[in-house]
Amino acid sequence: MTTGEPGQPRTDRSPWNWLLVLPIVLPLLTFLFNADEPRLLGFPLFYWLQLAFIIVGVVSTTIVYRMTK
Amino acid sequence: MNGHTTELVVFILLFVLVSGMGFVAARWRRPNDLASLNEWGLGGRSFGSWITWFLVGGDLYTAYTFVAVPALVFSSGALGFYALPYTVVVYPLVFLVLARMWSVSHVHGFVTPADFVRARFGSPTLALVIAITGLVATMPYIALQLVGIEAVLKSMGITGHLPIIIAFAILAAYTYQSGLRAPALIAFVKDALIYIVILAAVIYIPAKLGGWGSIFDAAKHKFDTTPLPNDGITLNANNQLQYVTLAFGSALALFLYPHSLTGVLASKNRNVIKRNMSALPAYSFVLGLIALLGFMAIAAGTKPVVNAATGKPDTNTIVPMLFDQMFPSWFAGVAYAAIGIGALVPAAIMSIAAANLFTRNIYREYINKNASDAQEANVSKIVSLVVKVGAVLCILLLDPQFSIDLQLIGGVIILQTLPSVALGLYTRWFHKSGLIAGWAAGLVAGLWMLYLIPNPANGKLHFGGSAFGLANLGFDTKMTIYAGFLAVIVNLVVAALGTLLFRAAKVADGEDATARGDYFADEGDPRVKDLDLADSH
Repeated sequence: MTTGEPGQPRTDRSPWNWLLVLPIVLPLLTFLFNADEPRLLGFPLFYWLQLAFIIVGVVSTTIVYRMTK
Repeated sequence: MNGHTTELVVFILLFVLVSGMGFVAARWRRPNDLASLNEWGLGGRSFGSWITWFLVGGDLYTAYTFVAVPALVFSSGALGFYALPYTVVVYPLVFLVLARMWSVSHVHGFVTPADFVRARFGSPTLALVIAITGLVATMPYIALQLVGIEAVLKSMGITGHLPIIIAFAILAAYTYQSGLRAPALIAFVKDALIYIVILAAVIYIPAKLGGWGSIFDAAKHKFDTTPLPNDGITLNANNQLQYVTLAFGSALALFLYPHSLTGVLASKNRNVIKRNMSALPAYSFVLGLIALLGFMAIAAGTKPVVNAATGKPDTNTIVPMLFDQMFPSWFAGVAYAAIGIGALVPAAIMSIAAANLFTRNIYREYINKNASDAQEANVSKIVSLVVKVGAVLCILLLDPQFSIDLQLIGGVIILQTLPSVALGLYTRWFHKSGLIAGWAAGLVAGLWMLYLIPNPANGKLHFGGSAFGLANLGFDTKMTIYAGFLAVIVNLVVAALGTLLFRAAKVADGEDATARGDYFADEGDPRVKDLDLADSH
């Protein structure tokens, strides 16, 4: 079973990890973004919304990183 | 001269500068000596956040990315944009997986994914299978970096293979001397150049073309008037599943490539990896914008270079030609250097990873069981040369288009290591023979599907892409799915059924040399860097 440090066994299990599901699933739901309109700065929805998902990814992973450090 | 003199001079100057750095890198961060795989192949396993960021980013975003992704967007539109969700999905996906890999590798002294499989499932055969899969999948990937350099050279009017051979000889020499330190140091220059070029491209070019709105309108107009059914600036009902499975499957495949692991194992602790996984998506913005260069080329009316041998346009040259058309010569030279150097960093890391695989899982396992550290490092150095020669031969002897097909196949076959490597980090449930059966089934299924895929654009009947028509399975639909994704499902099903079967038949399973705690060990843990397998709990 667990070894290493005395006291609490090490693990990387954390409820915060569930937050990582968001950036994994969101970019795969094509019905959310597969459209031309509305455009933003000339970008069709398909492109700007997927670029916006990068921010979702960064925020989610950063939160999980900080909470499980 | 041919009108590209300025471009060529700038390109060569930057190329020489970077090569010099590659040689100097041997002395960077003062290793005591480079005569071990830890030092030569993993940079002493001491890289912090910054270096790891550049290193991992450097080997994921390759010359081929800059050349092929926009080329795909140029010819098919929205489908080529899969590269963006793929890079969004990949980081959270591997956030935990690779931290575990880091820990268990540092406890047991693993250098390759096959090392891990060897210890986890107690099976040299399974490890050999994983090692060979990694080698076979990496070779065409290296060859593709050459395709990237070649596209740049073609755009400067340089044909023939001699320049590529020279570039790769230089690369081979400094990788031989400096090991992983060379691409790590060069990655800084590569990224700086790429950021400058992309920033300039996404501000300057749209301004000249009348803004983003007119760029997308021009692309829409082009796709509306072509006869191809699956292009357009958005997806249609038939290629959405392909888009999703391609993005997801590529994300799964990415970190199974031995070279991705090389960068990760070189970092000094778990936090470096986790922090990087939350920061690396910054590259995704760059990637998304690079992809859109394909649309800019449509709006600018850029024409790709026509391949002299086949008489067909080579879409891989579309981005270099766009730069040539839009930028002043000196800056086009900088942009070309960015792509060229962008090829060297990943090619170096990939050849090191392939060399490590050979040394650890074939040489030490089957040829010289008692190899010393210095012998291992030496074998790796030589194999890294052989691998590069092999990659050059791929380009010289084969049709470059065929190399691209090989890469497509490579992605599908590397995915077949998923159950052993990625799931193996989480569960020891699978039976070693079940995993081998799953791997074989996935491989056969994947190759069969790729064989059935034609490419109407260039008239090829087989290996024409990765979009497998579900109609081939008897479904009444025009929908397509990524062949690799379907193959890995076959793999998992066979591995699971095989495991139940072998267990019921009481076929002996291997011994697990790893312990649960090994997967969470971090820097400072007394067991980390402990290389004696017998000593672990």
